[in-house]
Amino acid sequence: MQHTLRQVFHSGKFVVGFAIFAAILLIVIVYPLIITDSPLQIIGQGTFFPPGIYVNAYDSINAPKTYTLNLDNAAARRIANKLSPDDRVAMKEWLVAAGVAESQIDTLDTQKLLTQWNSTYRPDKQIEGMTIAKLRYYQRVNDSIAGLLSTEPAIIAAKKPDTGALEAVGAVKQSDYVNINQVANVRALPLGTDNFGRDVLTELVRATGVSLQIGFVAGIIATLIGLTLGLAAGYIGGLVDDIVMFITNLFIVIPSFVLLILISFSIGQDKRGAFTVAMVIGFTSWVWTARAVRSQVISLRNRDHVNLSKLSGHSIPHIILTDILPYIASYVVMALILQISSGILAEAGLSILGLGPRTTEVPTLGLMMNWAMIYQAHILEKWWAYLPVLVTIALITFSMNLMNTGLDQIFNPALRD
Amino acid sequence: MKGYRKYFLNKLGWFAITFVFAFLLNFILPRLMPGDPVAAIVARQAQGMSNSTGVQAIYQQYTELFGTNRPMLEQFFLYVRNVLQGNFGFSFSQYPRTVADVLGSSIGWTLALQFPAIIVGWIIGNSLGALAAYLKGGFDKILMPISIFVSNFPAFGMAIILMVIFGVRLKWFPTSGGYGFDLIPSASWNFIWSAIVHYQLPFWSIVVIAIGGQAIGMRSMSIYELNADYVKYSRFMGIKDRKIVGYVFRNAMLPQVTGLALSIGTMVGGALVAEIIFSYPGLGTTLLNAVMGQDYPLISAATLIVTLMVLSANFIIEILYGFIDPRIKATQAD
Repeated sequence: MQHTLRQVFHSGKFVVGFAIFAAILLIVIVYPLIITDSPLQIIGQGTFFPPGIYVNAYDSINAPKTYTLNLDNAAARRIANKLSPDDRVAMKEWLVAAGVAESQIDTLDTQKLLTQWNSTYRPDKQIEGMTIAKLRYYQRVNDSIAGLLSTEPAIIAAKKPDTGALEAVGAVKQSDYVNINQVANVRALPLGTDNFGRDVLTELVRATGVSLQIGFVAGIIATLIGLTLGLAAGYIGGLVDDIVMFITNLFIVIPSFVLLILISFSIGQDKRGAFTVAMVIGFTSWVWTARAVRSQVISLRNRDHVNLSKLSGHSIPHIILTDILPYIASYVVMALILQISSGILAEAGLSILGLGPRTTEVPTLGLMMNWAMIYQAHILEKWWAYLPVLVTIALITFSMNLMNTGLDQIFNPALRD
Repeated sequence: MKGYRKYFLNKLGWFAITFVFAFLLNFILPRLMPGDPVAAIVARQAQGMSNSTGVQAIYQQYTELFGTNRPMLEQFFLYVRNVLQGNFGFSFSQYPRTVADVLGSSIGWTLALQFPAIIVGWIIGNSLGALAAYLKGGFDKILMPISIFVSNFPAFGMAIILMVIFGVRLKWFPTSGGYGFDLIPSASWNFIWSAIVHYQLPFWSIVVIAIGGQAIGMRSMSIYELNADYVKYSRFMGIKDRKIVGYVFRNAMLPQVTGLALSIGTMVGGALVAEIIFSYPGLGTTLLNAVMGQDYPLISAATLIVTLMVLSANFIIEILYGFIDPRIKATQAD
């Protein structure tokens, strides 16, 4: 046993796969201990907020202390933020259409461009061939650049309770800064929010955990059924073998995907918890294991040590446990690993069809995919809603297959390079 | 030829048995579930209806439609008779259309998309796998990790990534549908061109997934064969390398053909989900719409058709296999 383990951990492929898998598992376990927010809590009003650190604007204004930093490029950044290159080109187009000579306009010289713009632009001026939408666009541009070059501070006003008139209570200068550690409310959303306004990272971690559980339950059920049937068919033989092989041959060609759809739909949305889905997947995917275990057992059945055991009068369970199982253990472990990874994929496929676990309790990787697809995250280029999910699924299955290939090379020397 | 006939009849018998069994499952599974399926359907249909006589009328109608008020055996024969007549009833979600009509318009798209894609993927994958086993070295070192990664990628994931890169970013191909939304299916060049353009992304996403899995299988099979005794023996006999390689790959190919027969069900399942991503007007999208609309007759018929497709594909591959593998004739002849 110890020797086998040492051998297993000498295989590069296995170690890489194991490391990836262990890292995922560790994150799934540790992350909820540190970030205790509920994974399905809707925090964002609106869909698909981009990843980033969200600083509360109200709290930043009311921060206990403001600092003055004189940074050279602050003004340039501020302007760049308001005035994108596209806007500059659009402004140039308007100016040219309004009769300013093209050679006089330099889109890179912000100061000059703005002066020209402010002296020429009239919101109500009609330019031939311009659509209303375009006209509105220029009005918006004009609004956003109003006061762009001013160095006046922004005034904070408060309503006077008795008259309702505004009164200046403070001013924010352009060189005022607050330390982010002193702002009361800062929320980091490393992967933004999803279509419901939920924190994608927290949700993803929880979903990975649930999906792994689904995979494990499905894999263990499938392996147990397959192992039992395979052992019975292979070792007992005769009629049992015929019956098991008949069933196996039937289910091997009937696509399990179809069975999954039929059963999941029949169970109905409200009875379909994550655990139920896992069981259904397990009950429809034992066929391969049963077949492979049977053929291995048949080749073992007439080995000398098994015959010796039989002659010594050991019972069938004893023979199976001590003389057969240890020889197929490596194979069963490999089959289990594959079953887990295909169980996770099956759940994802089912969920995309809308037949996944019921949606109110827990997220799963498949459900997150389903939501992202329904809300067209891929068309809207909201990559954070679907890409992390895909990468997680791929990493899990990839790491498991690597472990499997590594084990295969150890226990099946013909495949070693 | 006599031996082959026996093989053929054997396979045909299995095909028939499996189909009958799948048919039975398709009939029994929804009825085995706890609760009254008709009541469940009515509850979904009548959501928000406060008129209890109306609900009662809907219930009566569906009970009559499915014949659930009759004994199980009679229901079964009713079902068989209807299916044999191609009568799957009306679709709930697309009402005036019949299920046969809905499926008839989508099955062609699925057949034209999936089977060429799976076959092309199989051929490319096997060639790459064989090359990796034969050339070894750098080619193998690069190809294998990529293949393992790709084959573990869910089919829908590949579909999304291809779509985002080539459809949304580069705008080379359209992102959804089987043809331009402004066209009506017809035999005009305009339509055919549009269909071809829409075909590319779904097609290649299925092909790429198939390539990965097949390349891995073919590589290990070929390595296995290359180390076999007959290869060493032929080398000692002085037979040319090229000729040996020919033998080796023919032998390594046989398990791959069986492998294709056995994995075609999984592949079709994955490809159906990939169809959904592209809103391709095939069975996958129909199935999604059926699930979304709680359209029981459509789901039942669609799963039956998918099963029939997979079983037939399986049957055809096994028949071809009988021609390819001389051992089949030899074992069946005696």
